[in-house]
Amino acid sequence: MDRTALDLWVGIFVVAGLAALSVLALKVGNLSSYNMSETYQLQAYFSNIGGLKSQASIKSSGVLIGRVAMISLDPERYEAKVTMNIDKRYHFPKDTFANILTSGLLGEQYIGMIPGGDTELLKAGDEIKKTQSALVMEDLIGKFLYSKADEPKQPAK
Amino acid sequence: MIGLTKKLRSIGHHVVDAVWRTGYAARFFFLILLYSGTSFQRFRLTVKELFSSGVMSLIIILVAGMFVGMVLGLQGYETLKRYGSESALGSLVALSLVRELGPVLAALLFASRAGSAMTAEIGLMKATEQISAMEMMAINPIARVVGPRFWAGVISMPLLSALFSAMGVFGGYVVGVVLIGVDQGSFWSQMQAAVDFQHDILNGVIKSVVFGVAVTAIALFEGYDAPPTAEGVSGATTRTVVQSSLAILILDFMLTAFMFQGD
Repeated sequence: MDRTALDLWVGIFVVAGLAALSVLALKVGNLSSYNMSETYQLQAYFSNIGGLKSQASIKSSGVLIGRVAMISLDPERYEAKVTMNIDKRYHFPKDTFANILTSGLLGEQYIGMIPGGDTELLKAGDEIKKTQSALVMEDLIGKFLYSKADEPKQPAK
Repeated sequence: MIGLTKKLRSIGHHVVDAVWRTGYAARFFFLILLYSGTSFQRFRLTVKELFSSGVMSLIIILVAGMFVGMVLGLQGYETLKRYGSESALGSLVALSLVRELGPVLAALLFASRAGSAMTAEIGLMKATEQISAMEMMAINPIARVVGPRFWAGVISMPLLSALFSAMGVFGGYVVGVVLIGVDQGSFWSQMQAAVDFQHDILNGVIKSVVFGVAVTAIALFEGYDAPPTAEGVSGATTRTVVQSSLAILILDFMLTAFMFQGD
């Protein structure tokens, strides 16, 4: 069996195809920033999660520190229970705030963590007590209308 | 009355014929898988077919991918500008290429570039009685002729679609960042934030493998089943392109419904 020019071309083709795939994985996709192998779990209850989905990002000061693992409805509290995978490198005080925020005007929702001042840290499996639900547009409009209705009527001119 | 029976009879004939052909196609596909050991034992045969179906399709895939990416960049910019979110151009270009356009357009090009050639080649081999000659020499034509072509198509399809997507992203980059002037940092970072390796890229690869199987199986079957005349071969080639294009689009809908239903 001799090596031929045909083998060379097929080799170039296969190498180029695999290279394109790895470019897609590393440069286009997020495989390079996927090094959150070691995580621990935290729970938080929200009265309304809005459009939060599993795999949504969890950020603190804008830095990605974890992802939402699971969302379910707690049958006793009738609140949304959100399980979060947090990177092992980051630990938060007990009185940390978890807020559901929106990136941009029409962007997707994520959880923002604002650390408190407690000296004790949250351990794996702990619950974040202080949460703030997502802003729901209808609630906002409703509040606005009620506050308008409460205002004393201006006399017609 | 006689006209009606004639019509009914021809409808029934067509239905029975179609079912017959489907069964034959299924048996043919099974035989390809059964005898595909040869394609790997004598890998030289598969390499030769990889050259004629994969390498020869490179130019058209690369050029088409580049221009599709450039068009996506232009059109996406025009639309996103209205909402003031030009920075999302990167994720728009990359997501649409990796999820849909890369696998589908590469498969459509592959069907018309390589699939039609496969059908014509095998159809002509049959018309000139080379296939029968092989059978006379106790060489299994499915193992010797059909198998290597099938595996070459299945191997080269995901590679071609990855190249298409990568070229498309590059084309979108050229138009969006270099020509229009979208911020380079937000172009790449928004893209990386939006594209998930498993959910988007791997699913795209799975799609292209399925398209590769469908296109090559249809092309080889049409060639193998073609009536051994000039007219028969030309009809089979046309059917290959039409049927595999339809198969790609229908399969794409089904796969998309499976893969991306939950969000």
